[in-house]
Amino acid sequence: MQLAIFIIFAILCIFGSILVITLRSAVSSAIALVFVMCVIAGLFALVGALFVAALQVIVYAGAVMVLFLFIIMLLNLKEELISEDDKKFTRFLGIVLGTAFLFELAFFVRTALMRGSEALYEPVPKTLSSIAVISSELFTKFLFPFELTSVLLLIAIVGAILLAKKKNEK
Amino acid sequence: MIQIPNINISIIYPEIIIFITAVIILLVEIFSNGKKWYAQSIIALIGIIVSGYAVSNQWNSFASGFSEVLVADNFALMFKLIFLLGALLTVFLSIWYFRREEIQQGEYFFLILSSVIGMMILSSANELITAFLGLEVMSLPLYVLAGFDKKKLLSNEAALKYFIMGAFASGFLVYGITFIYGATGTTNFDKISMVISSRSFGIDPLLLLGFILILIGFSFKTAFVPFHSWVPDVYTGAPTPVTAFFSIGPKAAGFAILFRLIIKAFAPIGGSIIPILWILAVLTMTVGNLIALTQRNIKRMLAYSSIAHAGYLLISLVVGNGRGASAALFYLIAYTVMTVGAFGIVILLGEKGEKDLSINGYSGLAYRYPAAAVVMSLFMFSLAGIPPTAGFIGKFYIFSSAISKGFIWLAVIGIVNSVISVYYYLRVVVVMFMKPEIQAGRVVCFPVSLMVAIILAAIGVLQIGMFPQGWFEAVRYSLIGLF
Repeated sequence: MQLAIFIIFAILCIFGSILVITLRSAVSSAIALVFVMCVIAGLFALVGALFVAALQVIVYAGAVMVLFLFIIMLLNLKEELISEDDKKFTRFLGIVLGTAFLFELAFFVRTALMRGSEALYEPVPKTLSSIAVISSELFTKFLFPFELTSVLLLIAIVGAILLAKKKNEK
Repeated sequence: MIQIPNINISIIYPEIIIFITAVIILLVEIFSNGKKWYAQSIIALIGIIVSGYAVSNQWNSFASGFSEVLVADNFALMFKLIFLLGALLTVFLSIWYFRREEIQQGEYFFLILSSVIGMMILSSANELITAFLGLEVMSLPLYVLAGFDKKKLLSNEAALKYFIMGAFASGFLVYGITFIYGATGTTNFDKISMVISSRSFGIDPLLLLGFILILIGFSFKTAFVPFHSWVPDVYTGAPTPVTAFFSIGPKAAGFAILFRLIIKAFAPIGGSIIPILWILAVLTMTVGNLIALTQRNIKRMLAYSSIAHAGYLLISLVVGNGRGASAALFYLIAYTVMTVGAFGIVILLGEKGEKDLSINGYSGLAYRYPAAAVVMSLFMFSLAGIPPTAGFIGKFYIFSSAISKGFIWLAVIGIVNSVISVYYYLRVVVVMFMKPEIQAGRVVCFPVSLMVAIILAAIGVLQIGMFPQGWFEAVRYSLIGLF
């Protein structure tokens, strides 16, 4: 049963990802990306990481993608502005490199499975899905990186304002 | 019940001091009117010096804190001192330059200092997520700094290119971290190495893939070939003091974390990553030097030369033992002072807007400003690795460490490369001393702050070059407990 659901989600995910890169208009491409994000949330839920699944929907499918769409509409993008020749070459290169990388990944994961990477088999511990466990990790083991993000956000705000504001005439 | 971890906040005192300084500078920018550029620069300098004092107080303490995500061993502390030295010299370079270009905004110092915080965290990170956040804290200000000159189109282009390439590189890094976590179940360097060596079945391919992706992520920042394509445009477009900062800070920070990864976390699979690093080193040296040969613009030439220097430093990473690491530290100190010096002279001789930065513009400089020409020649000699300068000792140290570990071919390629590099460094000297003066009016004034930076750098180059013994000792002490 679980396997069947996984296969359905996986197919939907790949289908959505292909749509993201093949659709011509930027808006539909972004909508396809929202779809992919939701499906990935489903995959998280399937392995029992309910909290991560919820975050995936709220943060990625929700907040981030709304920003994406907002910016696309702000910039008023219509068609990709790449010449035909360029497009052919990059598309060819992309397909070749992408396929090569896919096989590499498949090979690596397969070898790892055959040799028995213990961590790969371990199912997600039931406790991981709870908010309490994640937050206590965040405030104990990962306290420093967690606090560091506040510095990062401050820098991002200052930088964005600096680049966006007009020079005040004196 | 949550267990309260061992925090040991004293190990981030240097970072906290820098952060408080940066915030004070920001507050001064908001709440004060009138001339504040000098005040802010002095605050920045004081902050850097106090932080350096805090770092030196931790020497030999070997503390770790925040559940082992940070360590403050001498190796990290030495790197922190190098970053602070680089920041100090960069502030001196900037004071006059930004006034000349009329873009003096206090946020500049905030961004420089916050980037230094990121570098310091990178050098003492003992865990992959902390390292990633350190990298982001370091890079985010750099993107803004590249585009600081908002009126200049080249500067905007530099910021955009750097941002897109940097974001792309971060993606690789995070992808690599997920593989490492998947293969070992931890992100802590010590535990990764323990897990790897406890396995009986040889090398886990997932680990190797993860390492390669992480290496690619950091290679973008340290500009190894073939991940260097952004360097020339960004270095040319960014304001010159920022370019100097780019070529010393992020590079040193990248080496700090790569050394820690290779020495500590991935030591058990060292045998299979050395060939990758070997190829990277040869490519980076050779491509950097060969393209630098054809450059006409001094900033572009220095950009490619910084790629080549990253290649020499990679040799020490291939060697990977105590000798290699101490050679890298020594070289980074020497590289910091000589690069700052060279960029200082470029700033001094440029005019507002820096429209003409061609090497031929320096024709006959020796007749008009002999002192500037002599000091510039000193830095060029040092970058080329000609005795009695710091660059010579640094290169000698790196090549001899390679030979002692049996990497003869690597050393030979390195030496051939540094011979190639003599051509383009000495061309600057030849142009200055042997070509007739073509430009009538290169107006040069000698601002105090810039002179401080150049004179400090010149003294450093000569001091390290002629009396390296004390530096060797310091560098050797900084490796205690690592090998």
